[in-house]
Amino acid sequence: MVAADLLVAQNVGFGIIALLMIVAALRVVTVKNVVHAALWLVIVLSGAAAQYLLLSAEFVAITQVLVYVGAVMVLFLFGTMLTRAKIGAEADLNNKNWGIAVPVSLLMFGVITWVLIDGFGDERLPNPDEQTQVPIQVLSDDIFGPYLLPFWALSFVLLVAVIGAIVLARKD
Amino acid sequence: MLTVQFLLLGAVLFCIGVYGVLARKNAVMVLMSIELILNSVNLNLLAFSSRLGSIDGNTFALYVIAVAAAEVGVGLAMVLLIYRNRRTIALDELSDMKG
Repeated sequence: MVAADLLVAQNVGFGIIALLMIVAALRVVTVKNVVHAALWLVIVLSGAAAQYLLLSAEFVAITQVLVYVGAVMVLFLFGTMLTRAKIGAEADLNNKNWGIAVPVSLLMFGVITWVLIDGFGDERLPNPDEQTQVPIQVLSDDIFGPYLLPFWALSFVLLVAVIGAIVLARKD
Repeated sequence: MLTVQFLLLGAVLFCIGVYGVLARKNAVMVLMSIELILNSVNLNLLAFSSRLGSIDGNTFALYVIAVAAAEVGVGLAMVLLIYRNRRTIALDELSDMKG
């Protein structure tokens, strides 16, 4: 294996960002303050955008930043502020029997890890400069070509979601 | 880079999200955990897109992002409605349909 094929910088970057994402995700599900959880979620989502860049999917990374870090987080903060009077630490954010969730998720993680390592092992991704470089033009040809019908359906889903959210949240 | 490192990161995020959905009582926190799960799915889709040298994974990831945005909008509207009617969003107190 040639040293230039190892992509040391990308691997180091992946490790750092992945560690940051895992720690932040654990904080999201364990922290006792809803606003803090939303802010930790920002770190996870931004880290995911960085990983998409490592996978040479620039357009999805930009969309991730615009939609998730921009719009969805604002929605979450709105939801937090509209549904509770006090913004601070709370003791009872967990279920009564939250302890069962720990072995369930650990078991699931074990099974998935075993299957993935068994199935993919040390298979390597093609290097980004070879063939995975995706111009946005190809992506738009894909969306507006073979996947045009799901695109239409998706625009209807968004329309219905907007109308539904207004109808549900409106005060009569 | 290995394929499996991205898939494993996705698996970690997915399991953390599943833990959050199962363990959290606050409805907004459950929605946040669902976002973690959807992001791990996107990571898998893009990893396979890069592995196969195909663009379809990127398209699917974009569609997942759009559906997730719609889901959060409707979900938070429902949470707001529940809060307005019951003055709480603790999920274990919404047990009217329990037999």
